[in-house]
Amino acid sequence: MTLFVTAICLILVSALLAPLTRKGSAFWDRCSLACGLGGTLLGMGATLLALNQPGSAVLTLPWSGVGGLFVLRLDGLAAIFLLPAFLICGVGLLYGSGYWPMQAKPASSAWLRFFYPLLGAAIAIVLTAGNGLVFLFAWEIMALSGYFLVATEREQDEVYQAGFLYIAATHTATLALFALFALLGDQAVFIALPAAGSLDGAAPLASAIFLLALFGFGFKAGVMPLHIWLPKAHAAAPSHVSALLSGVMIKMGIYGLIRTTSLFAAIPAWWGWTILALGVLSSILGVVFAIAQHDIKRLLAYHSVENIGIILLGLGLALLGRSYGIEAMVTLGLAGALLHVINHGLFKALLFLSAGSVIHATGTRELNRYGGLLRTMPLTGLFFLGGAIAICGLPPLNGFVSEWLIYLGLFQGSQPLAANLLPALLAAPALALTGGLALLCFAKVFGLAFLGTPRSEAMATHEAPRSMLIGMGTLLAACLAIGLLPKAFFPLLHSATLAWLPAAPAPAAALAALAPAGSISLAALLFIILLGLFAGNRRQRRETPRVPTWGCAYARPLPRAQYTASSFAELITGLFGWFLRSRTDEVKPKGCFPSPAHLETRTPDLILDLGVTPLCALLAAGASWLRHRLQHGIVGLYLLYPALTLCILLILAA
Amino acid sequence: MNTPPNLILLFVILFNFFILGTSRLATCIRSVALQGALLSLLPLFLHTSTFHTYLLAGGAFILKGLLMPWLLFRAIRQVRIRREVEPRIGYIPTLLLGALTTAGAFIFGDRLPLLPAHLHSLFIPAALATLAAGFLMLITRRKAITQVLGYLMFENGIFIFGTLLAEAMPFMVEMGVLLDMLVAIFVMGIVMNHINREFSTLNTEQLSLLRE
Repeated sequence: MTLFVTAICLILVSALLAPLTRKGSAFWDRCSLACGLGGTLLGMGATLLALNQPGSAVLTLPWSGVGGLFVLRLDGLAAIFLLPAFLICGVGLLYGSGYWPMQAKPASSAWLRFFYPLLGAAIAIVLTAGNGLVFLFAWEIMALSGYFLVATEREQDEVYQAGFLYIAATHTATLALFALFALLGDQAVFIALPAAGSLDGAAPLASAIFLLALFGFGFKAGVMPLHIWLPKAHAAAPSHVSALLSGVMIKMGIYGLIRTTSLFAAIPAWWGWTILALGVLSSILGVVFAIAQHDIKRLLAYHSVENIGIILLGLGLALLGRSYGIEAMVTLGLAGALLHVINHGLFKALLFLSAGSVIHATGTRELNRYGGLLRTMPLTGLFFLGGAIAICGLPPLNGFVSEWLIYLGLFQGSQPLAANLLPALLAAPALALTGGLALLCFAKVFGLAFLGTPRSEAMATHEAPRSMLIGMGTLLAACLAIGLLPKAFFPLLHSATLAWLPAAPAPAAALAALAPAGSISLAALLFIILLGLFAGNRRQRRETPRVPTWGCAYARPLPRAQYTASSFAELITGLFGWFLRSRTDEVKPKGCFPSPAHLETRTPDLILDLGVTPLCALLAAGASWLRHRLQHGIVGLYLLYPALTLCILLILAA
Repeated sequence: MNTPPNLILLFVILFNFFILGTSRLATCIRSVALQGALLSLLPLFLHTSTFHTYLLAGGAFILKGLLMPWLLFRAIRQVRIRREVEPRIGYIPTLLLGALTTAGAFIFGDRLPLLPAHLHSLFIPAALATLAAGFLMLITRRKAITQVLGYLMFENGIFIFGTLLAEAMPFMVEMGVLLDMLVAIFVMGIVMNHINREFSTLNTEQLSLLRE
């Protein structure tokens, strides 16, 4: 545990050195970067070391200022989240030094240098918090430093709005968490969280706690009706910040849900059903919204909603398994969810970083203005392709493994063919649909951005600097490692499952027995070898001339006459039009000598624009009406207000 | 029931109603002064005769019975007003409200968790009733000077409470007296002068421009 605390201190030192770089001092910039990288590496090492100790590593210090204890506890469940958090934080720091160079923008670079490690350290403490006090403190530091990172370029109107939306959402979530910890009681807040499975899930209070957790943590995670802040914040933040937000910070919501459900025994079945239903909703609608986007980072942000849905599917399965007593379902569902937490962190960070280097090169987030980037940025293209394959859940990368575990868990429900579990099987086609749509979405992104011909001549693109490439390469290597050798990660998942389950009953069914990971590795290896052979064969023949994409025998192809984001997605946006409500701005060509025509589609966030915004506007109008009634300027009546309040309080107290 | 403190308190409550029902400013000032002077006798009957008790009684008498009315009379002479015209709520409704709050004070006073010595005495209801009457004055009247009177009645109510606590918390009552001084100097000396000079009136309604 000493090592772990040292790591966090190092990361904090990296943040504290940041103000020294404001004036553009390269020396302090390097120092800060080195401290941050060292801290994250040390943190990963410390996490792995702590896992090898039996039980969980605990650090307890007196915290007299607030009358409680400062408790850090590192168990298997926290480790699952800590490892990708440290990795992505370190990679992001490295990437940031190329993406947001200190020489070009010293002030905002120092700003990022300060808040980026702070966010990383806060996340590490959230994950290891042993009681409510530490948790809420770290949670708030995390939320606020997230806000400052999102608002890096706050002089732009769009960024300012995104930051405002983010902070409103995160504080609403925090409010629910305060209520949650109040219900858990003083012991949980000031001393230590209850042990796994020590609370009774059948009590009415337990359901209130669960609903509060679902709201508070769901807001942070971006579960479908509560995802409103996510697309704007992710799009507005610098890319390596988006990677950390999407890859790690929204997982804190998942962590909170998993941790909260672990506290209970005898879990009611409707908890699992609710989470499963939310998972299906988030995954399908998330990917459908993603398809309709033209802004590459907004698109990736909606994919986060989708993947959070997939994680919730796994968690819902595990909860159902506990309610109905099917051990295999618990093991597979939870393992799938947790592995997907790691995987999504890795490949989503990879995607955001490679999207970032595309933005770095082209200076725009509009998909419709990219094109033919693979020629000038082959490595970035390769990394993006890797991330895309992973997120679509295709072998040989890591996304496949976790989704496969969830599929296995889903089919476990049908093994005894218990009639009351049959609806859970419906989640399998939903997951398949999600995967298919994700594939379509990334075919669109990759095709538009990297294939075809450049859409504007002036766009002189270049490959990303080396620090950015190293960062992305590390993430792709990690993705490949999980995809090729999933078995190596099973002990990690097993210890997390043990930490989630109550200690008393029989330990979890062994994951390795349920999931034939060896054959996956073999198949993935074979696939890669075949791919390599095929590519080598092609290269030897050297017969591929470079010509524009075949345009259905159209004689004079123009760069402008290519598929656009709107046209590629038209099939799906048309199918889901009743829900997406895309707005089309269209001037059709008419007559023999048509005047200029144009077409533009936009898909705003339905829930934000049609649900939350009108509701808030109504609330604001009501509040200002009330203020006009209350603020009339008659001093005598002002005096009445406290008197009436006092009377009401006295009546309530009596 | 016929002990001197109870008689004093009874008169205090009667003065409450009288002040609430009268429109002439001079009478109001006199009544508030008389109420204060009566109250200053309370510590003499309640506590053993020590220096502290005499200080309390004497101080209260001088402040409430002599200094305040003198200042207030001077003020109304300067601004030349005789009566409160058109209060926000009429005199009869105010009196009815006063009766209601007094009844409420008696009911509420019985339900408070008090020391056995104070239970069923007139002190708590009288204090609450005076507080409520002062509050009614503050709310219903428009002139700054009548509002000051309401504030002074408020103070008188607090003074009744304070005398019960005078031995347990020695400085409580003195603090209350100091508050009186604050009213005297601050509200009358500065605020009223300024309002008068700016608007040539003492109606606080003119001050509502700053509401937002």
